[in-house]
Amino acid sequence: MSVFRAALVRELLVLWRSPAEIINPLFFFVMVISLFPLAISPKPELLALVAPGVLWVAALLAVMLSLDGLFRRDQESGVLELLLTAPVMAVVPVSAKLLAHWLLTGLPLVLISPVLAHMLQLPDGVLGTVMLSLLLGTPALTIIGAIGAALTVGLNRGGILLAVLVLPLYIPVLIFGAGAVSAAVDGGAVNGILAILGALLALTVSLGPLAVAAGLKISSGN
Amino acid sequence: MVWQTIKRWYHMLGSPRYFYTFSSALLPWLTPIALLVFTVGIVWGLAFAPSDYQQGNSYRIIFIHVPASSGALMGYVAMGVAGLVAVVWRMKMAEVMMKAIAPFGAALAAISLATGALWGKPTWGTYWQWDARMTSMLILLFMYVGVIALQNVIRDPRQAARAAGLLAMVGVINVIIVKYSVEWVQTLHQGSTLKLVGESTINPAMKYPLLISMLGTWLLYAVNVLVRARTEVVWRERRSKWVRKLVKGGGQ
Repeated sequence: MSVFRAALVRELLVLWRSPAEIINPLFFFVMVISLFPLAISPKPELLALVAPGVLWVAALLAVMLSLDGLFRRDQESGVLELLLTAPVMAVVPVSAKLLAHWLLTGLPLVLISPVLAHMLQLPDGVLGTVMLSLLLGTPALTIIGAIGAALTVGLNRGGILLAVLVLPLYIPVLIFGAGAVSAAVDGGAVNGILAILGALLALTVSLGPLAVAAGLKISSGN
Repeated sequence: MVWQTIKRWYHMLGSPRYFYTFSSALLPWLTPIALLVFTVGIVWGLAFAPSDYQQGNSYRIIFIHVPASSGALMGYVAMGVAGLVAVVWRMKMAEVMMKAIAPFGAALAAISLATGALWGKPTWGTYWQWDARMTSMLILLFMYVGVIALQNVIRDPRQAARAAGLLAMVGVINVIIVKYSVEWVQTLHQGSTLKLVGESTINPAMKYPLLISMLGTWLLYAVNVLVRARTEVVWRERRSKWVRKLVKGGGQ
């Protein structure tokens, strides 16, 4: 437990001291979303129709792009090797890292989402569902994406490769996340869909870090 | 007793050299059988099976579509199993198999999508619809592409195979989830009419050519995997004595 706490504090500090890594995904999210009213049409009824999908796709891309450098700095500085050879299970510090990363890049997306949802002309009644679906969905996206980031850490061309590996794995989360918001817009029941989203989160939280640790071990040649 | 035999086979086939000699003996038999079964199934289905009372002759594409789909699905699952063995036990032959299974499976997934689109036009009036099975097959193709891309990028072949193996394992879980998660989007695709357990709802005159062409596709897939795996084994073991001897002896 103390290992987890120490790793968490370290990761939070490192991220906090390079604010670009926190701010860039957030602005990416905002910018992508503001492209859609310009590209499609600013008509409120049209926007409200596509808003759930736009919000979710933008959030998904923002999370994925933020993960590209997740392990790179640690690998370049040699911290990763130490982590993997330390006398603790690699999954403990890896989980701390994922939690820290989500707290500083995923959570801000959740917090800013009601503003963007309002700008996309979604009715006020669904803003809660938007936030809740992103709150359940973005940690899952972070963990799944981290598997891809772990497998590509030693390669100099992350970017597109990471997208090719990770985007197919994101599809279930996207379907249920955007589905929950769409259902809320239509006035349907959302609890069931949110529950499935929660189940996906439980699955990724319990098994994902193990896969990330295994991926890091493979990438570092151990 | 059975368990002992399985264990012995597992370890024997785990040796690249034994695999090479074993497949050398197997391929001359398996290849003609696979070609024969495939040809019989396809010709029977395309030329001699009765036409459908609703769909006429257009249904005949089933004899290509269903075998390709089943082959693509089974290939991915097999790749996931090989990936598990490669990651957990670091068995060399499982790594080789990982690499050998992917290309043919991706091709079958593409064939399944193409034939499905061609079949969809006369039957449903559209080439493409975002229904559960079509979407799942498209995602399956994406995941084959991901595994192949990852394998090609990593230079060390053993590391590449294990990385792709981990991805394939995660992918197998994903395929299952995707299948069920797109199902709540309305589904246009017909349910399975062919069941191994229980009563099939397909006409027996169509069922047997379908089963035979499926078997033929799987056998061809196996032949392809064996040939690819042999090439890979020889390349990986190029510095070993037995491969040198093999090359000097002109492949004998």
